Amino acid sequence: MSFLQLLWYAVIGLLFIIFLVLDGADFGAGMATKLLAFRPNESNLILRTISPHWDGNEVFLVTAAGGMFASLPLWYASLFSGFYLLLFLALVSLIFRGVSFEFNNVAETPFGKNAWMWINCISSATTTFFFGMLFTDMIQPLPIDKNGNVFVSLSNVINPLSILGGIALTAFCLYQGLHYISLHTDGMIRYKAARLNINLYWLAYPVEFLFVIALFFQTNFFVNHLVATIVFLVLIVASTISGQFMTFSDKEIKAYLSSTLSIAFLVMLIFTGLFPNVLIAKNPANSLLIKNVSSSPYTLKVMTIVLCILLPILLIYFAWSYSVQWKRFTLKDIAKNGSQY
Amino acid sequence: MLDFGMSVLPLARFQFAMTTIFHFFFVPMSIGLSLVVAVMETMYVIKKQKIYQNMAKFWGKIFLLSFAVGVVTGLIQEFQFGMNWSEYSRFMGDIFGAPLAIEALLAFFLESTFIGVWMFTWDRFKPFWHAVMIWMVFLGSSISALWILTANSFMQHPVGFKISSATGRAQMTSFKALLTNPQLWYEFPHVVFGAFVTGAFIMAGMSAWMIFRKQSTEFFRKSMRIGLVIGFIACLGSAASGDLQTRYVMNEQPMKFGATEGIYNKTADPAPWAIFQLTNPTKKTANAKIEVPDMLSILAYHRLNASVKGMNEANTSLHQKYDHQFGKKMNYYVPVNTLFFAFRTMAAGFGALAGLAVLGLWFSRKRKNTIGKQRWLTILLSIATFGPFIVNTSGWLITELGRDPWVVYGLLPISAAVSPSTSAAAVLFTNIVYFLLFLALASFMFFYAKKALYKGPESVDDTPDQKTEDPFSKEAFSK
Repeated sequence: MSFLQLLWYAVIGLLFIIFLVLDGADFGAGMATKLLAFRPNESNLILRTISPHWDGNEVFLVTAAGGMFASLPLWYASLFSGFYLLLFLALVSLIFRGVSFEFNNVAETPFGKNAWMWINCISSATTTFFFGMLFTDMIQPLPIDKNGNVFVSLSNVINPLSILGGIALTAFCLYQGLHYISLHTDGMIRYKAARLNINLYWLAYPVEFLFVIALFFQTNFFVNHLVATIVFLVLIVASTISGQFMTFSDKEIKAYLSSTLSIAFLVMLIFTGLFPNVLIAKNPANSLLIKNVSSSPYTLKVMTIVLCILLPILLIYFAWSYSVQWKRFTLKDIAKNGSQY
Repeated sequence: MLDFGMSVLPLARFQFAMTTIFHFFFVPMSIGLSLVVAVMETMYVIKKQKIYQNMAKFWGKIFLLSFAVGVVTGLIQEFQFGMNWSEYSRFMGDIFGAPLAIEALLAFFLESTFIGVWMFTWDRFKPFWHAVMIWMVFLGSSISALWILTANSFMQHPVGFKISSATGRAQMTSFKALLTNPQLWYEFPHVVFGAFVTGAFIMAGMSAWMIFRKQSTEFFRKSMRIGLVIGFIACLGSAASGDLQTRYVMNEQPMKFGATEGIYNKTADPAPWAIFQLTNPTKKTANAKIEVPDMLSILAYHRLNASVKGMNEANTSLHQKYDHQFGKKMNYYVPVNTLFFAFRTMAAGFGALAGLAVLGLWFSRKRKNTIGKQRWLTILLSIATFGPFIVNTSGWLITELGRDPWVVYGLLPISAAVSPSTSAAAVLFTNIVYFLLFLALASFMFFYAKKALYKGPESVDDTPDQKTEDPFSKEAFSK
């Protein structure tokens, strides 16, 4: 395995982390529009905090997929064609969610607005659930033929680990979203979000416990990477505890950072556990290895140069767009403008 | 499992056609509308008249609707190469993935970040800086067109690559060659001008409809004129770039060119141009011809004495070139009737739009503005709102169907590109869901755009005298 191959494997992982950390908050806030808020204005308030950013955050997903295609194309081809229907469901969720922001804004009747708000809430939850399933499906030994084609059966898609994975990612994104709300609003909603989060964190521990058991039985993580797996699992639990404790002690930023770390450690667990494979076959000879699925050294070099130039620039204006619009929104802001704009 | 006697290939092809055509309704609409909105906001910066800001805000709403649907349908594109065309992705990943990833890094971030800032900061920035934001959005969406066309151009005209002897897959040897692909620089201007036409005529057509309805006529007359000016210039641009592109295609892909003209055998010198004909692809004959003498020589070579090669000649040379690799059984003929009529639809649509632009500008001129009385013209212009969608789709049908039987010209046939692991039932299912979903999205989009239009410019006007100030607010005391 060359350095650039390893680098791009790490870059893909990093892009997924950024996507799930930033857009994860949007998904969580989307879920909270109906879970936390009971009046239309409260839902609008929550949606207002993420409206300017969700689209940019979702580009990290597009970049992760595009980057996979460019640097590890055989992984892209096998994974996406293999988990065809699961990915399709995730895409449909993202489509509903994507238009719900704009359609909620232009809808005029209370019924229309409420319907799009519900669509935003539900599709946010299903998106994270399906992606959680995908991430935990792809780490299990799969029926792969010698050409790298993945022929999944129903049990490869729906199994205890993948359901727990779906729940875990949805829960982590919900925590992240509630922390985000606490950081971006003021008034009742800020404290209601924290309160709900403290209670919801209790769900994390049984899920994490069952997740470890399923991980042990359904993957080779404990065989191939015993130390790293245990370290990341411990870190995930530790950051969840920290998230709950920090919320409890009103440290909003630290709580947000803790749940950010939970998500990051989860992705790292998956990416280190898979290494040096990208997909593990039931017949070990057919496993897809990073060194075999990558683009040519020339393409990797081109993409590395492009990434080194563009990533810093875009991170600068990306951060600027957050900082220039940062504000604690209150119900007053929403009432004044009526709609979002 | 269940396969209903169907194979994956036609279903996957249908899905690709459906998702890209639907996506490409909104791509040129967004590029074009971001341009007209940027122009209006710039006019506000220069002329400082409130009406231009209201225009930018008002048409900005339609733009945001189109952008939202464009984004979500674009998501499908990023994934479907892997989902439906995994063999293609394996064969082409080394080359095709790079422009896609760069498109995201360079273009998508730019447009989506700045659109998020632009939407919410009308009061936060000085007009000049706020206008800069929408120009950044426009820049982002145009750059995205450039990169995706880089990828598409390789499929039409592969350059800067070699076939790896170890893996049998295409491998990039020159990134620069990808970017200097002549196909790209013929295609890109044509697509971008087409996008400007789209945005401009959507705005002009919707304005004309409001003039017909006699609502806020002065606001919509101004909007319509801006749209028609941009639209007319863009029409000229797309005709000129289309002419260059066609003559390039004539030499590079003679089969595609022969099909758009419905010619099987080398023509007489000078060559007549068929306005209409019914081609029989099995007998390879043309019936019910209506021809203009000498016209094809003028169109193709810009001179009066020239003959044009037909599909039979192209077929012979393609067989000569590729038979050793792909066998004699390959069918190089493309769907001739579709290409023939798509080309004429595109050309006629362009002519009609340009003509309507001239008429609209003439009747709405300041000195003698009678556009309100020209009911026929406002109706025709309103219908023209939908014209660009048909014209754009026709153009892409020519480009993409004319590439048959290749997915990558001369390198990979379409039948070898499809995913081996998906089942026909799965692709059929996703086709049905996508179809219903697109129907719903298009309906909501149309419904909400109409609502926004009927609300009129008053809905965005926030002139201070209309605001009711709260005399007991904190601000009132601190004044």
